[in-house]
Formats: sequence, C-alpha cells, structure tokens
Amino acid sequence: MKKVLIPIGILVLIGIFVYSKAVGVYNTFVQTEESVNGQWAEVETQYQRRADLIPNLVNTVKGYADFEQETLTGVIEARAKATSITLQADDLSPENIARFQDAQDQLSGSLSRLLVAVERYPDLKANQNFLELQAQLEGTENRIAVARRNFNQSVQGYNANLRTFPNNIFAGWYGFERKGYFEAAAGAENAPTVEF
Amino acid sequence: MTNIPFFSLLLTLSLSFSGWAQGDFPEKPNPPRLVNDFSETLSAQEIRQLENKLVAYDDSTSTQVSVVLINSVGPYAISDYAFQLGDKWGIGRKDKDNGILILAAMKDRKVFIATGYGMEGAVPDALAKRIVEQLIVPNFRSGNYFAGLDQATDTIIQLASGEYDAAQLSETDRPTPVFPLVLLFMGGLLILTLIKNRRDNNNHMGGKRGVVDIFTTLLLANMLGGGRGKFGDFSSGRGSFGGGGGGFGGFGGGSFGGGGAGGSW
Repeated sequence: MKKVLIPIGILVLIGIFVYSKAVGVYNTFVQTEESVNGQWAEVETQYQRRADLIPNLVNTVKGYADFEQETLTGVIEARAKATSITLQADDLSPENIARFQDAQDQLSGSLSRLLVAVERYPDLKANQNFLELQAQLEGTENRIAVARRNFNQSVQGYNANLRTFPNNIFAGWYGFERKGYFEAAAGAENAPTVEF
Repeated sequence: MTNIPFFSLLLTLSLSFSGWAQGDFPEKPNPPRLVNDFSETLSAQEIRQLENKLVAYDDSTSTQVSVVLINSVGPYAISDYAFQLGDKWGIGRKDKDNGILILAAMKDRKVFIATGYGMEGAVPDALAKRIVEQLIVPNFRSGNYFAGLDQATDTIIQLASGEYDAAQLSETDRPTPVFPLVLLFMGGLLILTLIKNRRDNNNHMGGKRGVVDIFTTLLLANMLGGGRGKFGDFSSGRGSFGGGGGGFGGFGGGSFGGGGAGGSW
C-alpha cells in the first residue's frame, strides 16, 4: 500500500508546483503587459498632441502668401498618413510598431523641412504666434522622445520575461507574443562622447 | 527553485542594460547638492550663493530647482540628457514631481531647462523658452555665466511660487484632521452601544448586559490602539520633510516627462 502512495504523492506535489508556477508566470505576463499598454497610451497621446498642433502651424504659415506650397502639402499629406495608422494596445507586434514609426518619422521629416524653409522668411520667424507654436512643437517632440524611451524600457522588461526559459514555454501556451521597439533614428553612429 | 538562476539571468541582463547607459551620467552628488558644476565654470563663492538660494527655496516650497553644468552631452540631444539626468537623480518630490533642472553643456554651448511633470503648469515650455532666450543666452554669450543662472533661477522661483507650498504639504500630512474623526467615530459607537444596551436591558434578562459591556470594552480598546498606531505613522511620515536648516536634504525621486525648452549661445 505504502509503495503506491509515495509515487502518487510525488506526482501530486509536482502537479501543485507546476500549477502554482504557471499561475505566477501568467500573472507576471499580465502585469508587464499592462505596463507596456500604459506606456503605449502615453506614446499615442503625445503623437496625437503633435498631430493636433499641425493644423494651427499650417494656418499660421499659410498666411504668408509666397510660402512654398510644396513644403506645406508635404506636411499635410504626411499628417494625414500618420493619423490614419492607429495601433491598438493589444496589437503591438514588431511589424506594426515599425509601420507606425515609419509614418510618424515621415511626418517628423516633413515638419523639419517646413521649419528649415521658415528660416528664409524673416517676417514669419518673428511672428509671435509662430514662435509659440514652434516652442509647443519642440516640447511635444521632447515628450514623444521620453514616451518612446519609457515604452521601449517596459517592452524590454516584457520581452525579456517572455523569452527566458521556462517562461517561453508558458508564453506559447497562453499566446503572449513579443512586442516591437521603436528604433533609434539613423545616423546616431560615430557620435562624440559625453564629458562631465 | 529552478527559477532562481533564470531570475538572476534576467537581473544581470537588466543590470548590464542600465550599466551601459549609466556611464554617460554623473553619479548623484553625495552629500546632496542642488548646484553641481562639473565643468569648473563658476567660482566657489558663486556656487555657494546659488546653492543657498535654491536650498532656501526648497525648504520653503518643496520645489527643487537644480543647476548642473557639464562639459559636453556627447551624442545625446541636450533635452534628452536633461530628462534622463533629472529622472536618475530624482529631482523634485516623488508625489509632486516638482523638480526643475537647468542643464548647461559648456563646450557644446547648449543649455536646457527641464521641468518635471508637476511643474509643466507653472513653467510651460513657452516660458522656459523665454527664460533661455532672454536671460540665459545673452548673459552666457558675454561670459556672465553666474548672472545668467542667477536671473534664470530668480524668474523660475517667481513663476513657481504658489504652485507647491511646503507649509501646505506638511499640513496635509499632519495627523490632526484624522484624529478627531476617529474620536467622533468612537464616541458615536459608544453612544450607540449604550442605547442598544439599555434597550436590551428593558427587553431581556439582566445577564446579557455584562456580555455586551465586555464586548464594547474590547472593541473600544482595539479602536484606541488602532487610532494610536495611525497617529504614530503620520507623525513619522512628517519627519521626512525636516531636511532643512543646514543643507540640502536630498533629491526626492521626482520624474520628468519631456517638459521644458532649451537654446544655444
């Protein structure tokens, strides 16, 4: 009788161990995923804020009759494209993030072309309304950078947790998937060093 | 059991990641200081003067304005460097995020005012920009580094005044508003049980009275003990604000969300 009881007891113990482990792993997945979702909301908010600033900027610049139409339409089109891509928090795969980032980076590019073009219009550059908008736009770009960095950090925690053994087995069972990062802008290589 | 090596693997992974970024930022000053000149631009006298002003401001309002001068931010955008440094040092109170960092990279000839989450209302980006353009840049151009920083901090102090108040802060942490409530609650409970007790006496046997009395006493004793524990907790929480007097009490763990503006000279 005793000989039968021992293996059964061991099996029960192993069962309890695997079960509690599975529950614990699942809960950490959910927690880290929620923090990723929270950071993603912040990223979206800041990009939205930038998109909301652009019509004002375009209208202010438009007032200067001889302003290059090409640059303006470039910004308007890039904005339309960027706002057409919205990502739900449960859909942050690397491909989707790359697509989202690509559209937003195009908007960044055409915006900076606009700001460079403005340099040739001294009246516009001295316009108080334009200066305020420019300060707001710069502030929004800064906030985007911070939100993106925080998002990347929480994705890093989530992915690392997901991909280490034995969590990767559980992740397959539960259907949790790796999430994408924002990539650093090209041209950050051979940069100078920090000096305190 | 098996997860211990994997956990430590995860830990070393995250440590090595942060270690990579760590080298680019100066360590939090020890003893804590609000004015940190790594570039040796200001004289000891000027540093002391700025430090005294900012420490006094921290003592009276809990808002932490920090000035950091370094040589170069290297590959970073100065804004990005300022936010990360502010986050790393934790300038401002943790629950208020009321820190401001004025960062100047002397060799890059760039300056940035970073505002913590809680200061974005008092010092919006447009105003930070104006402080940089009108006070810091002209003075820095003519080499009056101290004058630029002195005027900029004066203006920030004026702007931020009234936003967060040290007196207000300690008032909310004082136990007095809670304690009368506890007393009131206990008094009400006492009266209720007394009324109920009397009714019981009228309707039932006298024996029941003693039971209720013991129960009430126990309950009250418990409440009193609980109340006292809370009282102690609150007053010990208050102690952390008493950093003032001699020097700066230390950074509070505030965080930065990308507010602020900068310029170059």
